[in-house]
Amino acid sequence: MTRIRLFDHLVLMLGVFIMVAPVVVAFMTSTHEAADIHRNGLSLTWGGHFTETYDTVLTRKGGFTGEITGARMIWNSLILGIGFAAGKIVLSMLAAYAIVYFRFRLGTLFFWMIFTTLLLPLEVRIVPSYEVMNKLSLTNTYTGLIVPLLASATGTFFFRQFFKSVPEELLEAARIDGAGPFKFFIDVLVPLSRTMIAAIFIIMFVYGWNQYLWPTLMTTDERFFTLVRGIKQILLVWVGSNIPDYNEAFALAILAMLPPVMIVLIFQRWFIKGLTESDK
Amino acid sequence: MASIGIRDVSKIYNGGVTAVSSVNIDIADGEFIVLVGPSGCGKSTLLRMVAGLETISEGQVTIGGRTVNDVDPADRDIAMVFQNYALYPHMTVYENLAYGLKNRGTPRSEIDARVAEAARMLELQPYLERKPRALSGGQRQRVAMGRAIVRKPSAFLFDEPLSNLDAKLRVSMRGEIKRLQRRVGTTSIYVTHDQLEAMTLADRLVVLSGGRIEQIGRPLDVYHRPATTFVASFIGSPAMNLVSGELHGSKLALGPALIDLGATVPTQGAVTVGLRAEDLRLHEGAGGSLPFRIDYVEELGSQRLVHGMVGDQAMVAALSSEIPLPEPASLSIAPSRLHFFDTASGQRIDWSGEAAGQGALAAVPEAVA
Repeated sequence: MTRIRLFDHLVLMLGVFIMVAPVVVAFMTSTHEAADIHRNGLSLTWGGHFTETYDTVLTRKGGFTGEITGARMIWNSLILGIGFAAGKIVLSMLAAYAIVYFRFRLGTLFFWMIFTTLLLPLEVRIVPSYEVMNKLSLTNTYTGLIVPLLASATGTFFFRQFFKSVPEELLEAARIDGAGPFKFFIDVLVPLSRTMIAAIFIIMFVYGWNQYLWPTLMTTDERFFTLVRGIKQILLVWVGSNIPDYNEAFALAILAMLPPVMIVLIFQRWFIKGLTESDK
Repeated sequence: MASIGIRDVSKIYNGGVTAVSSVNIDIADGEFIVLVGPSGCGKSTLLRMVAGLETISEGQVTIGGRTVNDVDPADRDIAMVFQNYALYPHMTVYENLAYGLKNRGTPRSEIDARVAEAARMLELQPYLERKPRALSGGQRQRVAMGRAIVRKPSAFLFDEPLSNLDAKLRVSMRGEIKRLQRRVGTTSIYVTHDQLEAMTLADRLVVLSGGRIEQIGRPLDVYHRPATTFVASFIGSPAMNLVSGELHGSKLALGPALIDLGATVPTQGAVTVGLRAEDLRLHEGAGGSLPFRIDYVEELGSQRLVHGMVGDQAMVAALSSEIPLPEPASLSIAPSRLHFFDTASGQRIDWSGEAAGQGALAAVPEAVA
């Protein structure tokens, strides 16, 4: 028994090591000076420049216009991630609600149309989407960054499946209790969907946070740069004999990781709570 | 509180399937009506049409004299209790009870008072802040009933509310529903497939089969004078023995036996004879008129069901468990306890020798066509 337990722990520790070691290395390396990193490569020891590096990354105004700071980029990424996740949830819940609870002509056809768009990645329509946004002069706005990506077949599909599993009697009870379509949605369906909302929020937030291609295309104004772009920007200074600011890139990467981790941690609790409570 | 009228109501589904056909029931104010029948007989569909959850294909439903065919469920002034309770899982018991009132814009103080009253009636006070998942099945069922009571509707509609409970709880909840309905005096329609539940709860029973009404009547009337062979076999446990016999004058030939009826039945020749298992008496040897070959015995504790054959027809007798089972044995029955049905149509044939004065059997003004 003990031996098996020891072995289990070894396996777990190995897993933890594989998962966490690169993060630790990145964090430790970020506390060294750029020149140091250039000379010695990655390091596992504390470099002692934690405050300076992170302070610079967060507050130094950089870029061509000298207006963009790391904090600003984190802010932009947050807006993108949260706007993305929230918008997708609202849209796909409403779409699924219409598909499941209202019998309208061609409803099934519409569902399958939405569903087949799952097969098309963003990249397929990225140029036309850009053109539309450009014509609406929504480039370099948060609206332009977020809105074109909001329609979500995945979300609609998940919510559709979930709504279908909600017992019919609840709808009937609500109808007898005098709840109209709007009240039923707000008072019954939305609270019941907490788990699903949490799960989709995690997925969509991380998806939005990690967006690279679309923000790159949509924003030329540095004030709208996201963190993911920022990291790329730092490493772009490969000119002449300049040493790229490795330490800053690592610091930004570490910072870029934190919000998704926090979102997962926060929502995970709801997620599990919702799962164990889901007796309808 | 209100009377409910169901006139020529039919439900025809899109595929042309008729679930309910031309049903007529008049329900008096404060009456407890039970719709009973096997699954698929249309009883739930009928209830749901009264509730407004299904559209009415033909006919008319009135509640309190008002035709409600096109009225929204919320505006029909009814409350429904569902088989799986249909409580809102994310709301506390209090919120579940208050939701319907809140949607109607009832003032806060009034809601509090009504919920408190219902909670007291149903002994739910300690659970008001709990979520449904923290309640037992019986408590959930009580919350579902409370949700109906707080609304003070004209009618309660029950859709097999006890089917999800275990047997013991079902009996006690049955009593509770009956008591409650007496107390608040609200017109109720109750759907069940359990004939025992139907017998014990109903002021009047409506037996349905294949979307049609087989019989409407007070429980004992239905039990003592089943209108058709279907009702005879459905109401009462064990089911009434239905065997074929032949009438010759005032004599009935039943398998190998010949019974003197002492009166004539207004038909002759082949007939379906109904014998309640509890009306049969067991005799040693040939003491009874029906020679009985015992097949097997079901012990129920208070009584035993003895299965066997009379001639080539199966018969069940419900006997006291103290009576020894002789071999050979025979059965007898008082002729007045015999029921006759038309073999082809299954309709009851009334006859002059029938037992009179069986309580409820007497002249009851049939409120119903």
